[in-house]
Parts: sequence; structure tokens; C-alpha cells
Amino acid sequence: MDDNLIKPLWEHFEHEADIGIRGIAPTLEQAFEQAAIAMTAVITDPAKVSDLKTINITCRATDTELLFVNWINELVYAMAVRGLLFNHYQVIINNGKLSATAFGEAINRLKHQPAVEIKGATFTELRVYQQTDKSWVAQCVIDV
Amino acid sequence: MDSRQFIQRDENCWEIQPKGAMRVPVIIYANNQLLEDMDQKVYEQITNVATLPGIVKAAYAMPDAHWGYGFPIGGVAAFDPDQDGVVSAGGVGFDISCGVRTLYTGLNMAELQPHKQALADALYRAIPAGVGSRGKIHLNHKTMHGMLTGGAQWAIEQGFGEEQDLERIEEHGCMAGAESRHVSPRARERQKDEMGTLGSGNHYLEVQRVAEIFNPMVAGIFGLRVNDVVISLHCGSRGLGHQIGSEFLKAMVMASAQHQIVLPDRELACAPLASPLGKQYLGAMRAAINCALANRQIITHLTRQAVATIFPGIHLGLLYDVSHNTCKLEQHTINGQKKLLFVHRKGATRAFGPNHPDLPAAFKDVGQPVLIGGSMGTSSYILCGTKGSEQRAFSSACHGAGRAMSRSKATKQWQGKALIEQLAIQGIIIRCPSMRGVAEEAPLAYKDVSAVVDIADQAGLARKVARLEPVICIKG
Repeated sequence: MDDNLIKPLWEHFEHEADIGIRGIAPTLEQAFEQAAIAMTAVITDPAKVSDLKTINITCRATDTELLFVNWINELVYAMAVRGLLFNHYQVIINNGKLSATAFGEAINRLKHQPAVEIKGATFTELRVYQQTDKSWVAQCVIDV
Repeated sequence: MDSRQFIQRDENCWEIQPKGAMRVPVIIYANNQLLEDMDQKVYEQITNVATLPGIVKAAYAMPDAHWGYGFPIGGVAAFDPDQDGVVSAGGVGFDISCGVRTLYTGLNMAELQPHKQALADALYRAIPAGVGSRGKIHLNHKTMHGMLTGGAQWAIEQGFGEEQDLERIEEHGCMAGAESRHVSPRARERQKDEMGTLGSGNHYLEVQRVAEIFNPMVAGIFGLRVNDVVISLHCGSRGLGHQIGSEFLKAMVMASAQHQIVLPDRELACAPLASPLGKQYLGAMRAAINCALANRQIITHLTRQAVATIFPGIHLGLLYDVSHNTCKLEQHTINGQKKLLFVHRKGATRAFGPNHPDLPAAFKDVGQPVLIGGSMGTSSYILCGTKGSEQRAFSSACHGAGRAMSRSKATKQWQGKALIEQLAIQGIIIRCPSMRGVAEEAPLAYKDVSAVVDIADQAGLARKVARLEPVICIKG
């Protein structure tokens, strides 16, 4: 299939106690970006978040699944200590190194009505893979 | 789960005998209905736990067991350091030492009734709750070290409470063996403004009415009478515990090959108790236990201040403080021999029986109070430990109801505002910064806690003492 026909998207999937985040996109990088939007959507409607601030994130790992856990945990940490929410991301992955920019704003409890804070990414249902239509999937369950 | 996968030992006890890589059997305490309602993932996860090195006697699942991370939530497993036993970050969980504390108010419902709204407002103002909330306490390097090594004892030294609170807290309010040097800069950074905050999700502070007494003798010793008003809070080690959990989970996954541990599931990541990584985790995890104990102590102080604005002069003493996500070194008798074991309780409450040496004198004759939290709008329970519980599951009982429905399903089914109005008709006041948060925590999104507690009682894990009903609920 032509890469252009695969529309990047995010979704949640079921876990009994918590919630799964999944990004599906033509490239690995975009799948990571989409999954991170799915993470924001666990907390609030991403459409309610403006992109007034940017932060840079880098992390490394020996395989793409560990890299995905690191990516999500870097965002969880940044949100927690800087009091931010993000609405979109730009990710570059090169030789096991991820460099990204996250776009968002300071959390505003009235505006964002945040439902729940995220404790961390888990290894449950952790998968990063390419489907037969060449699209990439990045997913895991997050603990809330 | 299909109950035909098990050997039924009695009405509420189901066994899976060792097969494949399992080193010990699995024991699940449940009736037929609860067992059938459990996800098949519980079967997979608890049988995986039974494969871990050094596991002793059996891998246990409590009546509220559900799909967790590596370990099921409601899982109990003990490991022998003399048999190459392990410690597992997933076996403790991300919210290290999450637990429940119950306070007496000395008030009855008739005295509370005219002041309910005012008390709800005062508590909601006083206790930081929900995403993005910050505490009024800011920890520097020195006070962070004091908190991580001192727990509730440190909090009391800082003026957040009274010396006599300590005897009603597990570990006397201070977990020994905490090593703050193994707590990373990031874990500290996440915590420095979070002391005295409730968190979000299923964490809460509730004003409750004692609705029913099942065991008048024990209730008398616990100081509970029908229509008494108590306050319970449910929270844990906040960002610090979450960060420690995330960091050590990853470190244990990456080191499993080096430790020659074959993991049936990466989330079950663990390290030998004798390894440097295992020891570092124990030191950091114990520091996180202290963080949770200090956090609940500070929230107790904030609660006392808030209640005093409505009811000047009343004293809020502690019934007890329990943790349900821990790994603790305990002495247990195995085949007639006393052994020191590392007991993991992931979503399970310690339930020491009568005469256990770690109990405060007041509870020596009846066993420890076992505090079981409900969900917003449903009952909570107080049980007591039993003598037989040690042989049944290393003195452990359930910890709550467990979710019956995912968060996304709950938000599709309910709206926060409508739920708050429905609960108000039942006389329950909800205060929560997020309407979506209320919907996700809808009472019917959880299993029936009463059924879980009944089975814990019938299985002899702990005995029912009292049932509590919510009157005011401050949700995170």
C-alpha cells in the first residue's frame, strides 16, 4: 500500500484496571507521536490543549519497544515536574536515539478538566511493529 | 475464567497444581462467581508468578484479583533469600505503599448532619487533590532525605501530627532499611512539591458513617459503633513511587539475562534479593514506603485542621494505617520452620492475626484492622486479621473491589455531573476537580466490594467487623 494512504491515528484499548494507548501511522516516528497523543487523551481532550510551549526530549534504548517505554516515561516525567500537557509532537528516531519536540501548555484545571494523572508506562501489551500494510503500530498499557 | 481449570479445595479455595515451569502451586481465594468473573489474564499472571526463583509454598490471588502488570492486582507471593529468591518491581507496583488510613472523629451522624456541606467545602479546600495539584510543603535535599528515611515519624517531627499516631501505623510509621541514595534525582524532583497531596484516579478522602457492625466484640476494641463518623483516606507515594517503579522495572527487565532469569512476561521483571540491583530496589522501595507514610500523615494533619474549622476542639485519632502495595521482610512458619521471607503484596492488605508481635497492644487479642476501601458511593469495610490467615496466604487479605469496567467504557456510560446529582439524592456529597474523573470512577464501574469482602471472611483471610458508608467523598 502507498504510505500516503495510511492516515496517522491514535486510539485507546481496553485494560481491566487501566488503559492502553496505541499509535498507528506510516512511519515509526509518527506512530510514537500518535501514541503520545493517545496518552494526552487519557488525561484530557487533546483539542483543549494549546501549543504555547515546547520542550525537547531525547532518550535512547537498545530496541524500539524499550525506546517506546522510555519515550512515554520521558513525557510522563516532563508533564509531572513542569505541570504541562501536550497536544502534538515531532519525533525523529535514528540508530536507537529518539529526539523529539513536544508542544503544549501549562495545565489549567478549569480549562482542561484533567481526569487522571499517569503514573508510568508499563510493559503490558507493549508492542512496536510494522503491519502487513507497512503501517507502524506503537502501543502499551499505562498505569493511571 | 473457567473454573474447570482448577482443583476446587473447598467452597472458596481453588488450586492449580505445578506444571511446566511452575515451582509451586497457585491458590486463588474466590467463590465460583468471583472466579468465573475474573479475567483469564489473572490465570496467566499468577501462574507466571509461580515460576519465579525462590518462591515459597504457593502464589496466591485474593478474591478481588484482576489483570495487573506481571503480577495480578490482588497477588501475594513470598520469596526465600536462602533459595535464590527474587524481588520484583512489578510485584509491588507503581504506586508503592498505596494504602488506607482511617481516623476517628468522635462525632455521630446526627452531629455531622447540619455541617455536611461546610465540612465538604473545608476538606476540599484543605487537601490538594487531582491532576496538577501541588502541596504547600517544598522539600529540599535535606528534608527529602529526612522524609525518605523517617516516613510518618519525620512528618510528626515536622509538626504534622502527634507522637501517639505512630503506634497505629504499620512499621510504627517508619520503614526500616530505606536507602535514600538509591532514590534517583528524577524521583525526588517529582516529589518535591507533592507532599500532602491525594493524587487522582481511585484515590480519595471520605467522611464515612459506620453503617453496620458484624462483630460487636472486635468493633468495641476498634472503637466503632453504628452511626459513628470516621474519615478514611486512600493514597500512596505519589510521583516518587511512580518514578521508582518505572525506573526499576526497566532496570530489572534489562538485567534479567545477566541474572539468568527466564521471564515468561517482561513485566514480571525481578532481580535476585542478593544482587546489587535487588538490594538497590529494596532500599529505594522502602524509601517510597516512607514517602507514602509521610504523605498520609501530612494529609491527616490537613484533615485535622479542616475539621477543626467546623468542629473546634475535636480530636481525630487513628484507627490504623495499612499499605497494600509492598514487599516486606517477615517471619513466617513453613513446614514447622520459622523463615524470614520477602512477602510481595500487590493490591493485597497485610492481615496479621491475634498476638502477632508487630501489632499495637490494643489489637493483640483481635488481630490488626484490615481497611478495605470501596469506590465512590459504595461501602468500605473494616476487617480484622485471623490466626489462620498466616497459613492461608502469609497473613494477607483483599484490598478493595477492583474495576469491573475500563475507564473508557465508564465515560461512555456515565456523565460526571449526573452521577454527582444521583449520589446527592443518596445523601453523598462529591467534591472533585474533574467531571470526567467522576465518570471514570463511577460506583458501577467497580466490582461489588461486599461480595469480595464476604469471600475474604468466609475463606478465613480476615473477619468482617464493620461496614462503612460514604457521606462526603473528596476525589482526586
